[in-house]
Amino acid sequence: MYGYNGKILRINLKDRTIKTEKLDLEMAKKFIGGRGLGTKILSDEIDPSIDALSSENKIVITSGPLTGTPTPTGGRYMVITKSPLSGTIASSNSGGFWGAELKAAGYDLIIIEEKADKPVYLEIKDEKVAIKDASHLWGKYVGQTTDLLQEEHGDKAKVLTIGPGGENLSFMASIMNEKDRAAGRSGVGAVMGSKNLKAIVVRGTGKVAVSDPEKLKVIFKDSIKKLKAHGVTGEGLPAYGTAVLVNIINESGMFPTNNFQSSYFDKAEEISGESLSEKYLVRKEACYRCPIVCGRYCKTDEVEGGGPEYETIWAFGATCGVSDLKAIIKANYWCNQMGIDTITAGATIAAAMELYQKGYIKESELDGVSLEFGNADAMTEWVKRMALREGLGDKMADGSYRLADMYGAPELSMTAKKLEMPAYDPRGVQGQGLNYATSNRGGCHVRGYMISPEVLGSPEKLDRFSLEGKAIWTKIFQDLTAVIDSLGLCLFTSFALGAEDYAKLYNAVAGTDHTAESLLQAGERIWNLEKMFNLAAGIDSSQDTLPKRLLEEPIPEGPSKGWVHKLDELLPEYYKERGWSKGGIPTGEKLKELGL
Amino acid sequence: MSIEVRLFATLREGRDKKIYVDYEEGLNGNAIVEKLNIPKDEVAIFLVNGRDLALDKELKENDVISIFPPVGGG
Repeated sequence: MYGYNGKILRINLKDRTIKTEKLDLEMAKKFIGGRGLGTKILSDEIDPSIDALSSENKIVITSGPLTGTPTPTGGRYMVITKSPLSGTIASSNSGGFWGAELKAAGYDLIIIEEKADKPVYLEIKDEKVAIKDASHLWGKYVGQTTDLLQEEHGDKAKVLTIGPGGENLSFMASIMNEKDRAAGRSGVGAVMGSKNLKAIVVRGTGKVAVSDPEKLKVIFKDSIKKLKAHGVTGEGLPAYGTAVLVNIINESGMFPTNNFQSSYFDKAEEISGESLSEKYLVRKEACYRCPIVCGRYCKTDEVEGGGPEYETIWAFGATCGVSDLKAIIKANYWCNQMGIDTITAGATIAAAMELYQKGYIKESELDGVSLEFGNADAMTEWVKRMALREGLGDKMADGSYRLADMYGAPELSMTAKKLEMPAYDPRGVQGQGLNYATSNRGGCHVRGYMISPEVLGSPEKLDRFSLEGKAIWTKIFQDLTAVIDSLGLCLFTSFALGAEDYAKLYNAVAGTDHTAESLLQAGERIWNLEKMFNLAAGIDSSQDTLPKRLLEEPIPEGPSKGWVHKLDELLPEYYKERGWSKGGIPTGEKLKELGL
Repeated sequence: MSIEVRLFATLREGRDKKIYVDYEEGLNGNAIVEKLNIPKDEVAIFLVNGRDLALDKELKENDVISIFPPVGGG
């Protein structure tokens, strides 16, 4: 058995039973692992139409076959569950070291069922697994919880935990590991909170067996060489981290400002990656076996910690009209402590600001905290209130769609399938907009990162306004991303590596005989399975859309002035490329072809 | 008349963030990059008024140029 440990850990929180089950290797390989395998298990074990916060929902935490192996960036894990925010499949990805530790403990994945009657945490020390009382941890911030659990279980133990956001069932709650790494999106932390599960501590001392260690050494060296030689993974990301995108996206006029009312922020320089490095950067940080080192650790006179990443800088910066980088770092810090997603948090504050600007939210509802665009001081207060569900923060905690809908103005929520879109205005980058609209988890940039060809010129430059070829590019990027997420690698490797490289790595580790084509087909299989989950959950293809503003209101100023998103022209071609019906449903023929 | 050139990320090392270059007829991106001593392989993205433009294309008075080395993220 190579690449996989062959073991599933099944935890029932109601009965307090802990079972080790054999992993069906044939099934695992069909869906690779990680995101794919987790989706397969969730689809088989739950009815997708259930309430995401009911005890019937399950949480599947998966590693990939390359997680915990010497493969570059092989430290990732995924959380697959039904999302309370979007109602779709949720599959949130995180780096750091926790995933590799789970693998070293001897498991490929954990299935968490039912609900504990009081707060508990899970302790995994190789084959020794226990459900423990977490009453002393409940209510504690992510940092405090992590410190307390490491005091108890040793520095080498890796801690995954929710914060008060997850405990209070905030729909934007994240699951955090090593304090600052987040399985951030889709409200996965609320599902953990609904089960009274505070944390999972893992310590593993084993090693993952590899099929062909000598061959892996050669492929490993070749991959490292490619990652080091590529401008983005070898120079751009190491030098400035993801925040370097602030200026380029703004200079292109697609940096959503004031809740997408504009797409050019005249104070972008003040919140740029260059300013971050100059004023607040303490050190750079790497995840498990990562040669890219894009992580930042920043410090102000008030707080210090990991981040902020590009999307976070945007979420608390331009889209809230804020140009104070120190305030953005503080809001990021409190999101990490409270365990809430920075993108949805910032974007929801921005939507609330517009609801206030347009008179929907009244002064009397604010309890003295400003909702003016540009008010930097108020942001952290709203972050705390959304995590604790206090005052107006209780309504905001359900995300921008439910908030705006409650005030009769759902069109002011900048979401796709109720998930807040991150930092690229689809009107200025047509392929990325198609990806937002069709992504199986909603408004997400990392389900098919079309910014890479459309703006950054990798692997080749596409005209960002042109519609030509965007449907097939989007499909391929989506399928390839599903592969990377399922293998247990970081998406950033895809700037320098291609499907063929991933096939070589996977084959050397797991003894498979994949080609680039067969691996991409596995990605397509995963994509279709996610789509089928959504359809069964009642999320049909009429929800493959974008907010009205982006389809009808041209960008008012800046380099992308005058553009709207042309989804109605792109969508039919996309469905065709996917081999789906005109109504966006996978055909029987397609499902058969994919073995579903 | 001049052309505003904005430099980003590592291209700022040893150079100003913003540089004004005198406009002359026939001026193109190649000439600008050469004038600023930027090695060609460090120019990953060359925007004129926020739009991609090939380095050999002629520039106009009052154009705003943004030059980036290889960058990425997400």
